[in-house]
Amino acid sequence: MIRKEAKLVDPLLDPKIEQKPTRDGYGHGVVEAAEKNPNVVVVCADLTDSTRNADFKKKFPDRFVQVGVHEQFLAAGAAGLALGGKIPFITSYAMFCPGRAWEQVRTNIALNEANVKIIGSHAGVSVGPDGATHQAIEDIAIMRPIPGMVILAPCDALEAKKATLAIAEYKGPCYVRFAREKSPVFTTEETPFEIGKAVTLRSGKDVAIIACGPLVYQALVAAEQMADEGLDVMVVNSHTIKPLDEKAVLHAAEACDAIVTVEEHQITGGLGGAVAEYLAKTRPTIQEFVGVPNVFGESGEPNELLRHFGMDAPAIRQAVRKAYKRKTQR
Amino acid sequence: MSHQSDKRIKELELIANTLRRHVIEMVSHAGSGHQGGPLGMADVFAVLYFHALNHDPKNPEWEDRDRLILSNGHTCPIRYAAMAEAGYFPVDELKTLRRLGTRLQGHPERLKLPGSETTSGPLGAGLAQAAGLAYAAKMDKKKWRVFCQTSDGEHEAGLHWEAMLFAGKYRLDNLVCIVDRNNIQIDGRTEDIMPLEPLRDKYEAFNWHVVECNGNDVEAVVAAFEATKSLFDKPICILTHNIPGKGVSYMENNFLWHSQPFKPGEAEAAYAELDAAKKQLKAELAKL
Repeated sequence: MIRKEAKLVDPLLDPKIEQKPTRDGYGHGVVEAAEKNPNVVVVCADLTDSTRNADFKKKFPDRFVQVGVHEQFLAAGAAGLALGGKIPFITSYAMFCPGRAWEQVRTNIALNEANVKIIGSHAGVSVGPDGATHQAIEDIAIMRPIPGMVILAPCDALEAKKATLAIAEYKGPCYVRFAREKSPVFTTEETPFEIGKAVTLRSGKDVAIIACGPLVYQALVAAEQMADEGLDVMVVNSHTIKPLDEKAVLHAAEACDAIVTVEEHQITGGLGGAVAEYLAKTRPTIQEFVGVPNVFGESGEPNELLRHFGMDAPAIRQAVRKAYKRKTQR
Repeated sequence: MSHQSDKRIKELELIANTLRRHVIEMVSHAGSGHQGGPLGMADVFAVLYFHALNHDPKNPEWEDRDRLILSNGHTCPIRYAAMAEAGYFPVDELKTLRRLGTRLQGHPERLKLPGSETTSGPLGAGLAQAAGLAYAAKMDKKKWRVFCQTSDGEHEAGLHWEAMLFAGKYRLDNLVCIVDRNNIQIDGRTEDIMPLEPLRDKYEAFNWHVVECNGNDVEAVVAAFEATKSLFDKPICILTHNIPGKGVSYMENNFLWHSQPFKPGEAEAAYAELDAAKKQLKAELAKL
């Protein structure tokens, strides 16, 4: 059942639940972070509105740096800004930064321990009609091996705002992926958020879903629906992919003995991979992976694409059944 | 030029000679590394660390210091040599270049060696970081300047031109890009691999000031750095025309000495030549 401590909205499955893109949460969060700390600056690569920096630009024109379509410069130049004492939030579509700027992110930001916040908007296939070129579904995989890189994928606009404020306080390089498309706002101001601390949203004993990003809501929908099948499904919001909350993952594995990971990302190298790498060496556990099966995205409406690539609530239910079957037939 | 400055110039030439010897010793001892670029830049580095930079070797994190970003990280032996001679760390430590556990990594790392300002190696990324630093200094109305040492070969990297556009747009006149125009890169001569000329025109077209000098004439290098102090409203490029391998005749203008291991006797021949030059410089200095 839904845990009271998670302080989620009630009713959770209300069809009229408020919908907002997570990038909006970033836009509100960065303004608040800038009000608190004069060193916060925003660096933009010709995508001011769509990366939700218009408010910041209006309120802090002297702290808004426009670099044009220069994603490599966005990362390397920000390393310089950080060495000069600033806290740059560098903003583009995830495909371009960290995508195009990966080597600058690795060498100039991470190896340099430059205090840069990498804001990757339009992550996942839910970018929709723009198609494969703009659908960043490899970003977690390219960021995970970089030492010291914090990686976050907030589950809704409210958590996105909390994440934005948290990384402004955190000293060191961070990457946060945001989505273009609207998704349910199902957490509240009271829902706990701390970098590196996963939140168990729903308790259960049969299968544990560990999810990140807006698909956490789909995981909750699937779990609630599965009560009818007699399955008691745990849902963990692992908003921090790195450092992984190993304690929470171990707890989920011990409580349920079967895991389903859910992410709007390639199955290769994402949250599922992080969970599997950890459990393989501590407590080998049956695991099913919901994500993109190593293919490129394509044009379509966001919901169509989630269904097409097998990442919506019905697909999650299917994965949970499979994991449960493997567990019980063992 | 007064007698006193003649003397100062000669002293800087002597320092450059010492730095060249350190470079040969370091690379020879390490068994790998780059010689051509560092030898060609020895005069510029002598001027930087002993004349142009406002810095404090005993306090590398001093907030108001000028920042020197070494973009072409592979030429770090010359920077390490200059830093050691300036007093950042003991000269003896130069022998640890490229060894396991050393602060003197094959390509420089900020977190390992205080005073190295950034981590560099992959080409074309230095000017971007320098421009970011210069922008931060402008935001805070700081007086310190940012110098960025670049190779000519790395001007082939797109990121460098992104940084040139940015610095031009924001009129970063607290930024000085020093170009080691030695016309060589790993695979051959720059104009054969990917022509850069007219390089001066390109900088000017990107809204930069350009100062040119013979980078192996200490007096001319000093004058070039002095000239930057009276240029405003645009970032400044110093095109230093250098002879790669300068000071060791068998290396001069030979692109193979961008980087290659010494064969037996080669380092000794270089020492003999540099020591003879030192003797000559000392004799000239004594007359001033």
